[in-house]
Amino acid sequence: MSMSAEVLSLTVQHLWLVFVSIAIAAAIALPSGIALTRARHTRRWALAAASAIQTIPSLALFGFLIPAPLLGGIGPRTAVIALVLYALLPILRNTVTGILAIDPAVRESAVAMGMTDRQVLLQVEAPLAARTIVAGLRIATVTTIGTATIAAAIGAGGLGVLVFRGISMVDSRQVLAGAVPAAAMALAADGLLAWVERRLSPR
Amino acid sequence: MAALVEFRGVAYRIGHRTVLDNINLRIEPGDAIVVLGRSGSGKTTLLRLVNALIFPTSGEVLFDGQSTRDWDPIRLRRRIGYVIQEVGLFPHFTVARNVGLVPRLERWPPETVQARVTKLLAEVGLPAEQFGPRFPHQLSGGQRQRVGIARALAADPPLMLLDEPFGALDPITRLDLQDQFISLRNSTAKTILFVTHDVREALRIGTRIVLLDDGRIDTIAAPQDFVRAPSPEARAFLNCLEIR
Repeated sequence: MSMSAEVLSLTVQHLWLVFVSIAIAAAIALPSGIALTRARHTRRWALAAASAIQTIPSLALFGFLIPAPLLGGIGPRTAVIALVLYALLPILRNTVTGILAIDPAVRESAVAMGMTDRQVLLQVEAPLAARTIVAGLRIATVTTIGTATIAAAIGAGGLGVLVFRGISMVDSRQVLAGAVPAAAMALAADGLLAWVERRLSPR
Repeated sequence: MAALVEFRGVAYRIGHRTVLDNINLRIEPGDAIVVLGRSGSGKTTLLRLVNALIFPTSGEVLFDGQSTRDWDPIRLRRRIGYVIQEVGLFPHFTVARNVGLVPRLERWPPETVQARVTKLLAEVGLPAEQFGPRFPHQLSGGQRQRVGIARALAADPPLMLLDEPFGALDPITRLDLQDQFISLRNSTAKTILFVTHDVREALRIGTRIVLLDDGRIDTIAAPQDFVRAPSPEARAFLNCLEIR
């Protein structure tokens, strides 16, 4: 396979790893974040747990997961699990802070006007917190693109394959062939989500 | 005549702290009750008991003859206008959308909502064609509070709860809004429960003044009698008038 074809197929693999991981992380963290705004006591514990996961070095987390039953093993599935764990915190934290930052008088009048919980969430809280929530998704996406390069170490593929191979062969061309597209992807994702963020409800 | 709101032996406690105790009060249709008291006297708590934002720890609050515990809170709240000092307009809604909120929740047809919004904005002195498309942050404090009042009136509720609605305004704007509020009240004949710590405001707006002192009712009197009320707490408030 030619070098450029390989870079392309690894880029697609990399994108897919990131996309699946962010989609799963968002599907977990958005509803949990909303639930946590209603549960003051659980909130501290859940955010502390999500922060604790972040402190584990990524290579170590991949290593821990390999021998784990059911979740573990070699390959993309294990990598996605690790990437999801890392992406949870920024999404969770921004969902919680975005909603809690809403002027209490606004929420109080929404309730006092006779809005149902669902109406308060969908018509008031979600639109007013949207920017902060998208900012969380943006942080999660950009860091996941970077962390996903390490997933190659456990056989998950992606642009990390070139980076690791380049390192072991002392071939900086290969390192760059992996690193440059990953960096470009991160910049593009950052720019796209920053644009979405700006477009959401200016106050 | 049946009371629109009735407090029957109401107490409200948070832990060991008694916020309200032994509150008995009947509010008849057309009354403008002003609840006067210092900060921490329990005024806001009393108001929040009426629209089921909180429930009494003992006794009961009746709206339209039925305990607030037995009302569906959503139905109850849509029949009660609510205005607070911080206004609480939705920052992402235009003025027109803010005012039309409860009618839309009640699924009025869009044309009816729009006609209602136009009428109400005119009544509070903010013509809809000029102010309807603006956002709350583009308004002055006094204008925002007018929108808040229009929003509370939107679904034509029989009762209005107002919690120091003019408290954050400069004295001149406050006087202006009080005048407008009084004429609005005269034309709509709403029942009002109005909370303030400003005795001058209480005397201007109320048909009856309920003085709260540390969670208990100290005095209930019409404004003309309130000025002669003998209780120390009433005297303390009336002294505020004699600065000049």
